[in-house]
Amino acid sequence: MDLAAEALGGNRYALARLISLIEDGGVEAAQALAAIHPKTGNAHIIGVTGGPGTGKSTLVNQLALQLRARGRTVGIIAVDPSSPFSGGALLGDRVRMRDLAGDSGVFVRSMATRGSAGGLARATAGVARVLDAVGFDVVLIETVGAGQIEVDIARTAHTTLVVEAPGLGDEVQAIKAGLFEIADIIVVNKMDHPGAYRTISALKLVSERPEMDATLPARWSVPIQETIALDGTGVSALLDAVDTHREFLRMTGQWAQRERTIAKHELLIGLQQRLLADLLIEIGDQRLQDWVERVANREMDCYSAVCSILQGVPALRQE
Amino acid sequence: MEKPLRMLMAKPGLDGHDRGAKTVARALRDAGIEVIYTGLRQTPEMIVEAAIQEDVDGVGLSILSGAHMTLVPRILDGLHRAGADHVQVFVGGIIPDEDVEPLLEAGVSGVFGPGSSLKSITEFVRLRLGGA
Repeated sequence: MDLAAEALGGNRYALARLISLIEDGGVEAAQALAAIHPKTGNAHIIGVTGGPGTGKSTLVNQLALQLRARGRTVGIIAVDPSSPFSGGALLGDRVRMRDLAGDSGVFVRSMATRGSAGGLARATAGVARVLDAVGFDVVLIETVGAGQIEVDIARTAHTTLVVEAPGLGDEVQAIKAGLFEIADIIVVNKMDHPGAYRTISALKLVSERPEMDATLPARWSVPIQETIALDGTGVSALLDAVDTHREFLRMTGQWAQRERTIAKHELLIGLQQRLLADLLIEIGDQRLQDWVERVANREMDCYSAVCSILQGVPALRQE
Repeated sequence: MEKPLRMLMAKPGLDGHDRGAKTVARALRDAGIEVIYTGLRQTPEMIVEAAIQEDVDGVGLSILSGAHMTLVPRILDGLHRAGADHVQVFVGGIIPDEDVEPLLEAGVSGVFGPGSSLKSITEFVRLRLGGA
């Protein structure tokens, strides 16, 4: 069975197996991505990130419901962490998405990080491409949700939503964590909780930007949207803001800029993986272990070891 | 890195006690499996749909309500009609002895009644799904 062709033809099981192929990596994954590539570039990729307990999954569920009500089809990727010890994972985001069951216009896939840091799995971008290629209008990506170090999503999505919730600790934490650098839209969820307006005030104070030079390209002003994901309050307005952002990107030429950022990130990751894999084959397990011993025994520092290893590889020898 | 096994854990029907299912889910995770936990009150259709979308190797069903002889065949049938015969189904919970054989004959790979050790469950599941 030609999985890519079947998936593009609407076969959902083939789609699921194609996604598994991409997740597992290797030559077949590369071939599959090449096969679907001509069909990519239409979907609006929306990232949803934020700390634990902010209600991301519930929000994603509501966003998908409202997107469906507006006639758009939705692919959802929900990422959860793999155990660094066992390699297994507990992927529980689907629990919040039961409202979406039985709708052929929605596809939900849970992914484990499988060793990647940064909030996404290595293959998440590729899986988003596949969902794009088979025709979903929107791809929602829910990150792991550790909160602070999740910059990957900003290089994978066109529009990034950062979700906050009141009462989870010092508002300043969010501000320190680089929130404003990756957020296109800030969502304050759980607005029915005490302290909600204090959270909004704190965020507004920091989100104000000085007047920009009129000759610079148009600057997106990050809105703060208020929601109660549990009952859908504010989600329609949030979707309007998402659509506004997409239109802004298209009209100012920044959509193409995002595509370039996404492409560069994918390319660098691909090169990184391929180079390392090839290098490790070249060095071999035993020699690698020898180097590990030398560094662990303090015979040599890590940087020197790297230089020596690369010196020993003809193709990469630095003159 | 070896490709991890993927398994769906679901509680079909109206049974609301999920401590067992969650305990088994964690044990399977600790055994290196990616466990997609779907929660309570899943219909057979929802379970089959999830199994397909997640391209799982196995499905674990936790049933304490006694409705297993109705629910399990519907799930097996749904998997079959979706072209997912290779997906192995395991059933745990309150399963009377006399229902074990009929379930196995219907296509279930393993039945785990109360008192089954986590170790026996995880070893059996790993073995049947082809893990090391």
